[in-house]
Amino acid sequence: MIPDSWYLAVSAALFTIGVVGVVIRRNPLVIFMSLELALNAANLALLAFSQRWGTADGQALVLFVMAVAAAEVAVGLAIIVAIFRVRQRLSVDDLSLMRW
Amino acid sequence: MAVAFALIALVAVGSAVGLVAKRNPIHAALFLVVNLGSLAAFYLMMGFQFLAFAQIIVYAGAIMVLFVFAIMVLIPGKEETGPDPRRPWRLLALPLGAALLLELGLIVAARRAAPAPAARPPGFEASMTALFTDYLFPFELTSVLLLAAMVGVLVLARRRA
Repeated sequence: MIPDSWYLAVSAALFTIGVVGVVIRRNPLVIFMSLELALNAANLALLAFSQRWGTADGQALVLFVMAVAAAEVAVGLAIIVAIFRVRQRLSVDDLSLMRW
Repeated sequence: MAVAFALIALVAVGSAVGLVAKRNPIHAALFLVVNLGSLAAFYLMMGFQFLAFAQIIVYAGAIMVLFVFAIMVLIPGKEETGPDPRRPWRLLALPLGAALLLELGLIVAARRAAPAPAARPPGFEASMTALFTDYLFPFELTSVLLLAAMVGVLVLARRRA
């Protein structure tokens, strides 16, 4: 039996890498992938807690996270493709229209 | 068991670093597939068989196909080749990320002292019962969310007249 703190340590590392990837990359596609990484790290932590405390809530929440991630990726990629169609470039530095 | 855990953890963290470090988005996508697979292996080790296979089917099957499709449509490989005009600001992410990792590590280390309860692994049936009783309203909301996402994607993908 692996102690849950090991899983939590891996989850913390993956979440940090995901956050750093969101900040450090310029391609919105890779930013989305880093976001998925962070979501998956949260899933791993939820399941570690679910195993540790013997409750079923973590598993139900993980299913919700998966569904929300699927919806988010579908809408986000459609937005990225729409932006690319208008601008013919793909860098988050160009998308400053809504910044004050 | 511990050796297997260390190996899978190494693969998971290594593929995550590769995702962030590689320039070409298709390499990032392949690294993400490896990472999702290693997380599925973790779920199997914890005894959550259904979620492990749902992870593979939903993430590696559906979401990654979307990503690869988008990379194919968007002519990648040209975006991050030039010099980064905001490089000093972006590199600020590394020390800040290290600080975040330190904080999370401290939280995990503090939790280790907590007394362990009687461990009884929750079964698949229990989680599904919770899904359809305690979480019935969020479950229905998820279906609305998926429908809204589908309609939104259709609207976004429609060719402008």
